[in-house]
Amino acid sequence: MIFLAYPGSGEEPASSSAGRLTSGRGDLPIGPASARPLNGTGAPTSGSRTDKEVDKVSIEREPVHQRSRWASGVIPYKLMGYWRPDYEPEETDVLAAFRITPQPGVEPEEAAAAVAGESSTATWTVVWTDRLTAYENYQGKAYRIDPVPGTEPPQYLAYIAYKLDLFEEGSIPNLASSIIGNVFGFKAIRALRLEDLRLPRAYVKTFPGPPHGIVAEREILNKYGRPLLGATTKPKLGLSPRNYGRVVYEALRGGLDFVKDDENMNSQPFNRWRDRYLYCMEAVHRAMAETGEIKGHYLNVTAATMEEMYERAEFAKELGSVIIMIDLTAGFTAMASMSRWARANGTILHLHRAGHATYTRQKNHGVNFRVLAKWCRLLGVDHMHAGTVVGKLEGNPASIKGYYDSLREDLVCRDPACGVLFDQDWCHLPGVMPVASGGIHAGQMHQLLHYLGEDVVLQFGGGTIGHPMGIAAGATANRVALEAMIQARNEGCDLMRKGPEILRRAAAWSPELRAALDVWGDVTFDFESTDVPDVVETPTPVAS
Amino acid sequence: MTAPGQEPHPPIRGGLRITQGTFSYLPDLSDEQIVAQVQYGIDHGWAVSIEFTDDPHPRNVYWEMWGMPMFDLEDAVAALREVQRCREAFPDHYLRVSLYDPRLTRQTTALQFIVHRPAHEPGFRLDRQEERDRVIRYRLHPYSGERPPGERYGDGRA
Repeated sequence: MIFLAYPGSGEEPASSSAGRLTSGRGDLPIGPASARPLNGTGAPTSGSRTDKEVDKVSIEREPVHQRSRWASGVIPYKLMGYWRPDYEPEETDVLAAFRITPQPGVEPEEAAAAVAGESSTATWTVVWTDRLTAYENYQGKAYRIDPVPGTEPPQYLAYIAYKLDLFEEGSIPNLASSIIGNVFGFKAIRALRLEDLRLPRAYVKTFPGPPHGIVAEREILNKYGRPLLGATTKPKLGLSPRNYGRVVYEALRGGLDFVKDDENMNSQPFNRWRDRYLYCMEAVHRAMAETGEIKGHYLNVTAATMEEMYERAEFAKELGSVIIMIDLTAGFTAMASMSRWARANGTILHLHRAGHATYTRQKNHGVNFRVLAKWCRLLGVDHMHAGTVVGKLEGNPASIKGYYDSLREDLVCRDPACGVLFDQDWCHLPGVMPVASGGIHAGQMHQLLHYLGEDVVLQFGGGTIGHPMGIAAGATANRVALEAMIQARNEGCDLMRKGPEILRRAAAWSPELRAALDVWGDVTFDFESTDVPDVVETPTPVAS
Repeated sequence: MTAPGQEPHPPIRGGLRITQGTFSYLPDLSDEQIVAQVQYGIDHGWAVSIEFTDDPHPRNVYWEMWGMPMFDLEDAVAALREVQRCREAFPDHYLRVSLYDPRLTRQTTALQFIVHRPAHEPGFRLDRQEERDRVIRYRLHPYSGERPPGERYGDGRA
């Protein structure tokens, strides 16, 4: 590859490319120093024109002229073929919706074209080596821009189409490196957020999907028609393996289906993984004997290397665990490898989304959680934490519905009110069981069922272990509340109106539920959500 | 596990009640309540089936079928009649009702609950076989499993 050795070619870091664009070249449409007005006419307002500037102005008035397009130097992205308002996306294209906040003075079309360019073939200047390729095929194409209502500085929703050819089959790291790679550090963009992604059917079929999926998981566990119940062992750090197993046993025998290692429970000095696994599986089997039900504990196999993760997973399987767990922090490749392992070894795979909010929570920059959820469904996990609506962690009802639909449904239709910007056909790829965890309790059971539906794991950590009558009683309270609510729902009861009454009636014969309601009945977490879909104007419901 | 000033709490349901199925933590369903749940399934287009067993091991997948699944049932009371007939024939067995959803992407059981259980449930013993490096192999041993099918519960009838 002799071309790569040619000075000035090869990959350019985003920072250097943007730096060049603003270094004393006031004629350029990118960057704070730009003299170009926002109306997109391309007429410079100040400074003396060089020949090149005149050339560029004429370029904007006319279709891109071959000679000008390939003249050495820097020309706007939108003139290099990355802004294509006439483009009609094909069925096989990957489509992305970006929320763009351009730097002052950068017109939205140019900003969108720059994102399309930097996330596909472009570098900051014209390179003749493009001409060795059918470059139009590989160029990302910004084809539509919508202003986001009520934003200052103004934000835009830019739709970009990518040819399927740009992506490696079945590789989330490759997809991510392309679409959220260098481009997020690009200087001409003040902030950038990937709001949604449409994966074409042809691409979906190159991914393995969940090792088992919702239907198979329910059949393995022999549990139908109700949410599954779980809890995270608390305190999540500090317990010795033997004490830790006690919490697991009590919660399972009391009525939970699962207990869970927390995301940062790996193999610390106070609780090494092998001992923890041994005690937890003693607890699981004891609880199965007490109840005659299949029980599980998510043994967290996350470790520093794949070799150690495989070693831990093998041991979990050897002890008869139906489920293992990984953290998002392990990375996409590690997750996909464990997914393969889980399918080959008949083990359900739980994913804790540790760290996601560092880039999913802020509205103007990062990646919408829905996109992350789609990636995880493709690369293949069976469980994924996706919000509670009513608990202690971020998430408004509309956004959460969008996440849950993307994880569970087979065909998800565009619904901007829920943040869903594209139709997504999953081609019968099995669904991922969403997990609702963090600050939820039995007194919210009707709301949880109303907002989250049936195919979900409800995890009550504090709401089980903090029960005044003990851990098993806490578990029983949750199970009684859940089963009473399912029964009432199926009998046609309006849960949101009658929920508290249904709980009170069950509490009349269940002392465990009564005690739970006495302690937590009034606890709510009502804060305004940070991440609310606003592509169309919607009310901002706060859970109550 | 007991906070100061509180009564020690006895084990909950330990070994006394198998909690498979969706409503095992509620008081046993009345006939009326069974009909209501079956009707919910029928309204969704789900098939109704009745199964029974005297081997309630959690991994005993295939309970005996009380006839074929009822695919085109309109009235849940007809299903209740079948439950009652099955109960009379096997009073010392476990009976469960399953509602099956044949829709594309589901094609699985949508709801399952126990509608009858033996008067006395001895439950399971946990057998442990010690192996190398503190690894233990576990086996659930049903106390009722010593006797042949049909004689495991009650006084050996059925």
